[in-house]
Amino acid sequence: MIRARGLEKRYGRKRVLAALDFDVACGGVALVIGPNGSGKTTLLRLFSRLAAPSRGTLSVEVDRSKIGYLGHEPLVYRELTALENLDLYGRLYRIPERRERIGMLLERFGLWDDRGVRVASYSRGMTQRLALCRALLHEPELVILDEPYAALDVAGAALLDRELGSLAGERTLVVATHDPDRLAELATDRLVLA
Amino acid sequence: MLAGSAAVGIGLALLLALVVVPEDADQGISQRIFYIHVPIALTAYFCFGLGAWKALLLLWRGDDRHDLESYVAIHQGTIFGALTLITGSIWARASWGVWWTWSSNQLVLFLVLFLFYCAYFMLRFSLEDGPRRARSSAVYALFGVVLIPVSFLAIRLANDFIHPTVFTREGPQMTALMFTTFCVSWAAVTLLAYVFYRVELAGKRLDLRLRELREDLA
Amino acid sequence: MNYLSDVVALTAKDLRVELRARDTLPAMLLFVLAILVVFHFALPAGADDDAAYGLLWVAIVFTALLGLARAWVAEQEHGVLDGLVLAPCDRSTIWLGKTLATLAFLLAVQVVALPAFALLFAPLDATALVGVLLADAGICAVGSLMAAMAVAGRSREVLLPLLVLPLAIPLVIGGVGAAVSPEGGRYLLLLALYDAVFAVLSWASFEYVVTEQT
Repeated sequence: MIRARGLEKRYGRKRVLAALDFDVACGGVALVIGPNGSGKTTLLRLFSRLAAPSRGTLSVEVDRSKIGYLGHEPLVYRELTALENLDLYGRLYRIPERRERIGMLLERFGLWDDRGVRVASYSRGMTQRLALCRALLHEPELVILDEPYAALDVAGAALLDRELGSLAGERTLVVATHDPDRLAELATDRLVLA
Repeated sequence: MLAGSAAVGIGLALLLALVVVPEDADQGISQRIFYIHVPIALTAYFCFGLGAWKALLLLWRGDDRHDLESYVAIHQGTIFGALTLITGSIWARASWGVWWTWSSNQLVLFLVLFLFYCAYFMLRFSLEDGPRRARSSAVYALFGVVLIPVSFLAIRLANDFIHPTVFTREGPQMTALMFTTFCVSWAAVTLLAYVFYRVELAGKRLDLRLRELREDLA
Repeated sequence: MNYLSDVVALTAKDLRVELRARDTLPAMLLFVLAILVVFHFALPAGADDDAAYGLLWVAIVFTALLGLARAWVAEQEHGVLDGLVLAPCDRSTIWLGKTLATLAFLLAVQVVALPAFALLFAPLDATALVGVLLADAGICAVGSLMAAMAVAGRSREVLLPLLVLPLAIPLVIGGVGAAVSPEGGRYLLLLALYDAVFAVLSWASFEYVVTEQT
């Protein structure tokens, strides 16, 4: 699904990633581990094709309509409600039966009751859950999550555990995390960045 | 070798322009600036065009090499554009006694373009080296080349209501000698610009390579 | 058609966000009215109408710049633009949606500002008004593209006017000419030409500005 050879990314003079070789098989669960500033976010942006490699090759064998991405930012509009946000993305991703799918996801992540409230008044945990809804809305084959557990409380984290558990095996997951033990049983590959 | 022929060309052009060609009856010695000013202007256009072409290649083929080529071409164009404004201003002063006139379509056009391409460098300066900067610069370079004819039309129209008086630049018909001088000068300036382009490009490429090597060693 | 529905969805999003946030429109409106008042004091006592038209265009350009800056800085600030770029829609729909929304705001502001101008300074005839419309379209089209470029780097507040102003010069010429010259039609043609050429160029090249690879 993903193959990187000699992957390098540079921002101006600063080299963030150097000479990386890494593979992620279809249906695999890859953990990207490393301290802050080690380039986890950059790597995930490269995988999602938001950024292009400076050197080396990177092949991601899936169309961008089948990639689900959760970045450092939640990528939702604060002035819109959860429903409006997901409706917009639902349209852009051409999801069939949009309303049902949105409703189902909001329920699964415990946001149904707050669906008509502007995201600006959400807590950080709720915003993160909404961001997860957005990432999974179109049933992506490749799910890229950048520190998804950040800002989640215990209940939210449990929801995410359950979700990832059901996705693993069916979809390909790439998760950047501080806490490798959490997903230890699911992981099929690990990449440690210095 | 190129540099040598450029030097010879410029020398020849200067000789022809300053000494050989008879003094113009109407405008006097200042008319000689025409032999330098117009070729410089044409060369500036040529450089901007080259920059836009390289930009198009960058966007179309995705080859990073074209970014530097486009940048250097536009850099040269901007330098020659500044020279156009300076020589044009000198000519205006010598011919009409003013350092600047809004009636001169060419001068005004160059002023607008000069502003535009200076902003190009501001754009490059504010973005970090990488595909973003290369692609944005390329798109901007394309805008520049489209702006040239549109601005020209606009400025010609604008003269209707900005300045009623019209300064004519048209002098007498050019004799064969004058025409030859003009062509020699044009060729020489273009060659000079091209030499500058190659030199600057080579210098920048070397710089880049050095930096890469230094980093690989680190 | 998918393309159109994407554009509609994106324009609607921008309009809705502004309706809720309510920070751009009031700012633009206040800005243009304040500028008009400043102009009154900036114009010397015996100045004729023509000078006023010139200042009107300065006001329009800077108000548009204000609107453009606010439209795009928000997208970049919270990185929301990434979400749109990731989506399978054609990237030019993002540009078109933003352009239409900004145009709508500019027109909304002008509905108040133009009568105010006519009242305080000089009358505006049909040709002048068509000129305003055409120039609005041109500025929003080109400005949206330039804003997308500027916003990715640093010193974006300064960079946006620097990038847009040289490109706005033909528009100002066209707009003032349409208001002032007896042959206003020629200036309207100029504006239409500008719009056609630069809108197409902006539409086609937007993709390259917001992505790092094709």
